[in-house]
Amino acid sequence: MSVALDEKASTPTFYVIEDEHHDHSDEGPTMLGFWIYLMSDALIFATLFATYGVLFTAYAGGPTPRELFELPLVALNTAFLLISSITYGMGMMAMRDGDQAKVQMWLVLTFLFGLAFISVELYEFSHMIAEGATPQRSAFLSAFFTLVGTHGLHVTFGLIWIAVMLAQVGMHGLIPDNQRRLMCLGMFWHLLDVVWIGVFTFVYLLGVIQ
Amino acid sequence: MTVRNNTHDAGLAAHKHKSGHGSRRDYMIGFLLSVVLTAIPFWLVMSGVLSAAPTAVLVTLLAVIQVLVHTVYFLHVDTRSESGWTLVALIFTAIIVLIVISGSLWIMYHLHGNMMPPALPPTAAPPM
Repeated sequence: MSVALDEKASTPTFYVIEDEHHDHSDEGPTMLGFWIYLMSDALIFATLFATYGVLFTAYAGGPTPRELFELPLVALNTAFLLISSITYGMGMMAMRDGDQAKVQMWLVLTFLFGLAFISVELYEFSHMIAEGATPQRSAFLSAFFTLVGTHGLHVTFGLIWIAVMLAQVGMHGLIPDNQRRLMCLGMFWHLLDVVWIGVFTFVYLLGVIQ
Repeated sequence: MTVRNNTHDAGLAAHKHKSGHGSRRDYMIGFLLSVVLTAIPFWLVMSGVLSAAPTAVLVTLLAVIQVLVHTVYFLHVDTRSESGWTLVALIFTAIIVLIVISGSLWIMYHLHGNMMPPALPPTAAPPM
C-alpha cells in the first residue's frame, strides 16, 4: 500500500492486477473456488448417503420403502430435474452468443421445471406424513427425510438464485459479473442433478427391490 | 507472479470456449445419454424382468455411468479446464466419498452383526 502511494496516482499497481481479470471474467479463480465449494457440498451428501445406507433397514415396525415409494412419481420428478439441466445448458449457450432475451427465457424455463420438481417432492412428503410416515417414525424415515430433504433444500436455494439472476440480468444485462455468476449457478444446478442420480438409484429404486 | 499469470492466461485463452462452456452438441449428447441411462433402470425395477440381485447390480452400474456422463457433458470436467485442477479436486473428493460411504457401511454392518445377532434362539443366549 505504501509503495502504491509513493508511485504516481495514474499507475497504481493493484489496478493492473484487477484489469487482468476483467478481460475474461468467466474464467479466473472464481470457477475453481466455487468448484471446490461444490466438492465440499458433495462430502455433505456423502455423509447423508452413508447414514441412509446404515439405517435404511431400521424400520422399527413402521412402513417399508416398498409400501411408501411411488416410482411413477419419482420418474416424473427425475424427468423434471433432467430437463431443467438441459434448459440451463441451453441458457449457457445463449449467454455465449450474447442473446440476453434467450438467456432470460431459458432461465425462466429452468426455474419452472425446478419448481415442478420441488412441488412434486413436497406433495410426496406431505402424502407420506399424512399416512403416519413421519421422520420420527423410524430411523429409516429419519435418514430418508434428512437426505432427500437436504437435496430438496439445495434445489430450493437454486430456485432463489435463479430468481435473483433473472433480476440481475434484467437490470444489468449480460455483464461479465453476471456471466460469472450464471456459470457458478450452472455448476451448482448440474451438481444437484448428479446428487439426484444417487438419490433415485439408491433410495428409491434399490429401496423398492430390496 | 506476473509470469505465472501470463502463462495461465495464455493457456486459458487457447481453450477458452472449451473450458466451462461446452457446446450445444455436448449438452444434447449428455441429455440423450441421461434419458437412456435413466429410463433403463426405472424400466428394470418397475417391470421386474430380472430378479433382485442382478437388477441391483445393473441399476448401480447405470447410475455410475450416468454420473460420469453428467460430469463430462454438463459440468465439463476434463484435464484442460482450470489446468486440470477441477479434475484433481473431483478425484480427491470421489476418493473421500468412497471411503466415507463404504467405510461407514463396513463398520456399521459388522458392529450390527456383533451387537444384535439375527434370530438368536433364547436358549442359545449366553447366561447372564
